[in-house]
Amino acid sequence: MSEHTPNSYMNQPDERGHFGQFGGRYVAETLMPLILDLEREYRKAKADPAFKAEFDDLLEHYVGRPSPLYFAPRITEELAKNAPPGKGAQIWFKRDELNHTGAHKINNCIGQILLAMRMGKTRIIAETGAGQHGVATATVCARFGLPCTVFMGATDVARQAPNVFRMKLLGAQVVPVTSGRGTLKDAMNEALRDWVANVHDTFYIIGTAAGPHPYPELVRDFQSVIGREARAQMLSRTGRLPDLLVAAIGGGSNAIGLFHPFLDDPDVKMLGVEAAGHGLDGDEHAASLAGGFPGILHGNKTYLLQDEDGQITEGHSISAGLDYPGIGPEHAWLKESGRVDYTYATDKEALDAFQLLCRTEGIIPALEPSHAIAAIVKVAPTMPKDAIICANLCGRGDKDIFTVAEALGVEM
Amino acid sequence: MSTRFQTTFAKGPALVCFITAGDGDTAANLDALVAGGADVIELGMPFTDPMADGPAIQAANIRALGNGTKTADVLKLAADFRARHPEVPLVLMGYANPMIRRGPEWFAEEAAKAGVDGVISVDLAPEEDQDLGPALRDKGISLIRLATPTTDDKRIPAVLEGSSGFLYYVSVAGITGKQQAAMASIEENVQRIKSHTDLPVAVGFGVRTPEQAAEIAKVADGVVVGSAFIDLVEKHGAQAPQHLKALVEGLAKAVHSARKATA
Ligand SMILES: Cc1ncc(COP(=O)(O)O)c(C=O)c1O
Repeated sequence: MSEHTPNSYMNQPDERGHFGQFGGRYVAETLMPLILDLEREYRKAKADPAFKAEFDDLLEHYVGRPSPLYFAPRITEELAKNAPPGKGAQIWFKRDELNHTGAHKINNCIGQILLAMRMGKTRIIAETGAGQHGVATATVCARFGLPCTVFMGATDVARQAPNVFRMKLLGAQVVPVTSGRGTLKDAMNEALRDWVANVHDTFYIIGTAAGPHPYPELVRDFQSVIGREARAQMLSRTGRLPDLLVAAIGGGSNAIGLFHPFLDDPDVKMLGVEAAGHGLDGDEHAASLAGGFPGILHGNKTYLLQDEDGQITEGHSISAGLDYPGIGPEHAWLKESGRVDYTYATDKEALDAFQLLCRTEGIIPALEPSHAIAAIVKVAPTMPKDAIICANLCGRGDKDIFTVAEALGVEM
Repeated sequence: MSTRFQTTFAKGPALVCFITAGDGDTAANLDALVAGGADVIELGMPFTDPMADGPAIQAANIRALGNGTKTADVLKLAADFRARHPEVPLVLMGYANPMIRRGPEWFAEEAAKAGVDGVISVDLAPEEDQDLGPALRDKGISLIRLATPTTDDKRIPAVLEGSSGFLYYVSVAGITGKQQAAMASIEENVQRIKSHTDLPVAVGFGVRTPEQAAEIAKVADGVVVGSAFIDLVEKHGAQAPQHLKALVEGLAKAVHSARKATA
């Protein structure tokens, strides 16, 4: 914990891209000039009203924003049943699963492709885990007519087949990556290798709030539309701010997007939920804050799952989108500064929460936000009845039905 | 600071040879490289996520880790090498995370004890020097930085600041083991870099044959070869040393022939 409470939690990173001791620019020299260029271009774009206008216009008319803020009465009631008298908080969902392409990922992709075009880049690459970011990237590439190559771990290609087909329909080339365990980390390595070799014409659309500076900052800024909307919607619907924000964390983009606009509201607590896979006692989890140590990977310093020699260990989660051994550097900093609390949910808890939301609210969530819901199942009954929890429902579950069926022993 | 780099590069163009620690019989392979005429050794520290490497070196990293290679083993290989070859400059090359895991001071101390002359940390940009640079310099170990075709004149001073030993010019914007750059581009870039520094400039990425090495040695102070050796280690296993020696002999002859030409 830091001794000094900063005046604002919203003014990170510093000019070198550091969030406290985290973040930074740890890339091979080939990429450094490009990253510096990207930062300059992003600063200009951020100050340009025309860039903002185009971003906002696409979010409204193409993505379908603002997404609704929904009070979920039946899951609220269900969780209140086992609560002590007077307890059982209200549960609200920020419905980013209703976005075009079914997850929050598209918010960031719109921002980054506009940036790519500003920089005169003519080819787009991306990494993907669950395939949601791949689909979102393929979507914006189709929309703007740019060729798109998506790197995807071979394991994920197998467990997210519908999204692979979606990307292909959208005209993207999907490259299965077989190194490592064939998951998100390996896909990111391969995307970086491609980028190093094609810096002259290629823009890398990173899918989460991680990677070398300025990616964690710009992804956060593009995703912050979630929190800005939620804050305004909550104020206009209830006249007050929520007591607790909850979001699942893979690399941390949907979570930071929800949290960031509330960081300087001292009465709003926040809870990030990592994937605990088969549990934290073994190696089969993806909870880098709970089970990792600070280190350097993929261009930034952050908490990583690693052994005593600094070798990166492979995460595991039933949710391909959370199966990453790192976490965005701003979360590492928010954890150390104590502003945000972090917890975790196992595969089993997420599966239970998935089914609970299906049956109580008629919403099939993705497995990623099911982890957030699993955390709510635990905390809602401990909070007063008039307390408000706002969770990010950052993706819908269509892509996961095969995985869930298999986990439940159902043959389709 | 050791004088091995100075002594070596003073003789004229040097052959710099890279292999991955823990992939095959590393001690025997290193001895074969030296016996064949290697002037500088780069010993690769295996890492699970070698982002800047092509398939050959990636696979070598995975094999080495699969063999159970630990940081302690790499340091032991280095220390034993130093005992057998007191004069040959030795560089540890790898990614930042294994180097900083136990703290930069720990790593610098252990590397110094092992007789290491220089360290290349591929993903430690000059902008993040604080994570390792001060600790290495404190122990008299050179931090050897990389320059690439994308490193423009404006940026070169930042790359040179705090670096010593030699400068590694990565001749292609890409990963290891792929295509080679055009000679004209290599020559132009090496001259450009040399106008900023007196450090020797070694050129690598994509160099496989004595012919290529001879051409590069005419315009640079060193030629770095890696993937070609890694391929032999993979192919020949326990028999690798004799094949390595044969390849190094050809490369060394080619590189050293430029010494006489320029002398
Ligand atoms: C629906 C959904 N939620 C969450 C994530 C995790 O990413 P992040 O933590 O960046 O939001 C993913 C990643 O693929 C996803 O598809």
